Amino acid sequence: MDFLVTNAPILIVALPLVAAFAIPLISLSRGGDRGRNVFSLAILGLIVFLVAILARDVHAVGIRVYTFGATAAELAIPHGYTVPVRIIFEVDGMSIFMGLVITIVALASLIYSLHFMKGQTGQARFYSLMFLLYAGMMGLAFTGDMFNLFVFLEIASIAGAALAAYRTNRADAVEGGFKYIVISAISALLVLFAIGILYAQYNVLSIAAIAHFMQHTTLDMIALGLLAIALVMKLAGVPLHMWAPDTYTVAPAGTTPMILAASYTSMYALYRVTFTLYGGLINTTTIGWIVIIVGVLSMFIGVMMAVHQTDIKRMMAYHAISQGGYMLLGVGVGLAVITNPAALANYGRDAMNGGIFHIINHVFYKALLFMTAEAIFFRIGTRDTNKMGGLARNMKWTAAFYVIGALAISGIPPFNGFASKLLIYETVLKFSPVLSVIAMFVSLVTLASFTKVFYAAFTGPELPAYKKVKEVPKSMIIGMSILAAFIIFFGIFPGLIVNTIVAPATNALIDQAGYINAVMGAVP
Amino acid sequence: MLSKIVRTVANQLVLFILIFGLYVIAHGHLTPGGGFQGGAVVVSGVVMLLVAFSSQDLKKSVRERVLSIMESTGALIFAILGFAGLGTVFFYNFLVGSPIFGRIPPTGPNSGDFWTGGFIPLMNFAVGLKVIAGLSAVVLAIALFARGEEMEE
Repeated sequence: MDFLVTNAPILIVALPLVAAFAIPLISLSRGGDRGRNVFSLAILGLIVFLVAILARDVHAVGIRVYTFGATAAELAIPHGYTVPVRIIFEVDGMSIFMGLVITIVALASLIYSLHFMKGQTGQARFYSLMFLLYAGMMGLAFTGDMFNLFVFLEIASIAGAALAAYRTNRADAVEGGFKYIVISAISALLVLFAIGILYAQYNVLSIAAIAHFMQHTTLDMIALGLLAIALVMKLAGVPLHMWAPDTYTVAPAGTTPMILAASYTSMYALYRVTFTLYGGLINTTTIGWIVIIVGVLSMFIGVMMAVHQTDIKRMMAYHAISQGGYMLLGVGVGLAVITNPAALANYGRDAMNGGIFHIINHVFYKALLFMTAEAIFFRIGTRDTNKMGGLARNMKWTAAFYVIGALAISGIPPFNGFASKLLIYETVLKFSPVLSVIAMFVSLVTLASFTKVFYAAFTGPELPAYKKVKEVPKSMIIGMSILAAFIIFFGIFPGLIVNTIVAPATNALIDQAGYINAVMGAVP
Repeated sequence: MLSKIVRTVANQLVLFILIFGLYVIAHGHLTPGGGFQGGAVVVSGVVMLLVAFSSQDLKKSVRERVLSIMESTGALIFAILGFAGLGTVFFYNFLVGSPIFGRIPPTGPNSGDFWTGGFIPLMNFAVGLKVIAGLSAVVLAIALFARGEEMEE
């Protein structure tokens, strides 16, 4: 058990990589399809277990450092050195929070895909890329050095783009995938350039070490700007959101939630950069306000673009942009008041809790919504809401899941969206009432737009063309019900979730010194 | 397909390119180069064959299935070498001190001892295998797509 806990950070990233390369081999053998599905589920099950024990350990003991190739995993700085030279994984409350989000979504997506992909060509590549994307995201969440942040960002981007373009027989899928790879390549270049600037100045790559030596020179500010632009582009924040609707819309259902999670892993990277790498910055208020403005713009423009969409997945994709704004708003408020202890204790910390809690909530309900949209597409072959109608008669489960997701995203109790949105409204009200009013207004419009689609797709008279439409296969229902169960559970016990997984994440972001000391504290 | 002279010369030259590529892979831990660079050198031989002959001819002798197996195997060997160090820490260089690539080189300028580096030369071989298979598949696929064909599914 000790062995597993110690090595969990690397196993969680290395096992999916092994699975990704073993899957093509297994698929080539006889009876490969079945074997591959069993193998994928077994590996992911093992990883879920590892993430669970690692989460328990991180919450109980604190930051866990894993040094590659050293004589002991905790030995971040070799004997005779004063700075870390090896590749380091550093798992704190925020990293493991992202790990939990990604892993649960990956599990639901994989189970959903088992039936969804049945009979399609190129399944070996599909599952292979799913595991690569998973490994990239987990690596991004766990990495303790800047260069591997870039490497894992690239792995996730390439796998994500290939998955988005999976239906190569459709022109829009190729376009969506192409946009994603172009955006990813540009942001990866910006990130690499920023890392170059930091490395040239401090001669180290470990995040903790750079944060330790950080001087906040003009060059550092340029690097911060490059990193921020790149990561906002990757997380689809307005005004760099143009790729998201195209990419989310065309990706096959099992992968849309994964690409969505990849966007929020980039958001994690943005938080890591602003809070940990540039934590001691004198002028955090300005940076906080920039984050808030990007958040409010995303919220408002995203929802306004969503209202008039007729493609059901495209509408949801614009809502994803809009909901991303809530997270940025909550955390931005925390960042703006981080140097003011009274305000931080009064509302800053809770605002951050709200913003971070909203990540897990949003990924769950938006993943569920994407899955219901694709379930409709799976059965009737169109995403156009004008061509749908009366589907609730034959697709009862899908309709029920859609309602759960739609109520959750609109912030109606007792679903999880309500819990995090209430936290954000209350705390932002103390910071700036106008922002809170905008947030509530956006929520109302969200409800209106989802109600509209619900009436268009699920209610009304039965259309003759869809008389024989059946409910989706079992594995897809199981995949969706996993997420629905989490949504209801989080909605009923929000206090429990905030205390057990969200608050440690917030504390980890605020506690920059703790992150640095976990690596640099070992200096003899 | 180019003239007979080109085809004959290409047929002979490809062996030398192969040997040079393997040399770069094998000496990755001593000289500039390594798995990726050596693999790319080998694939430049494949590109030469692609120019000299036609993509259909090459498709007959280089099958996608084989390339796929080679690529996955290369990646798996790399990962397994990482896992093998797990007794201590992932990526721990467990071969140092052993008879295979286990010698420890002297400090300072020296002529370079091939049997050093622990598992790094082995990893170079694994990466080389992956790059040879992967890049060959890429150039072959591009050549075939240009003619409006596809690789077999």
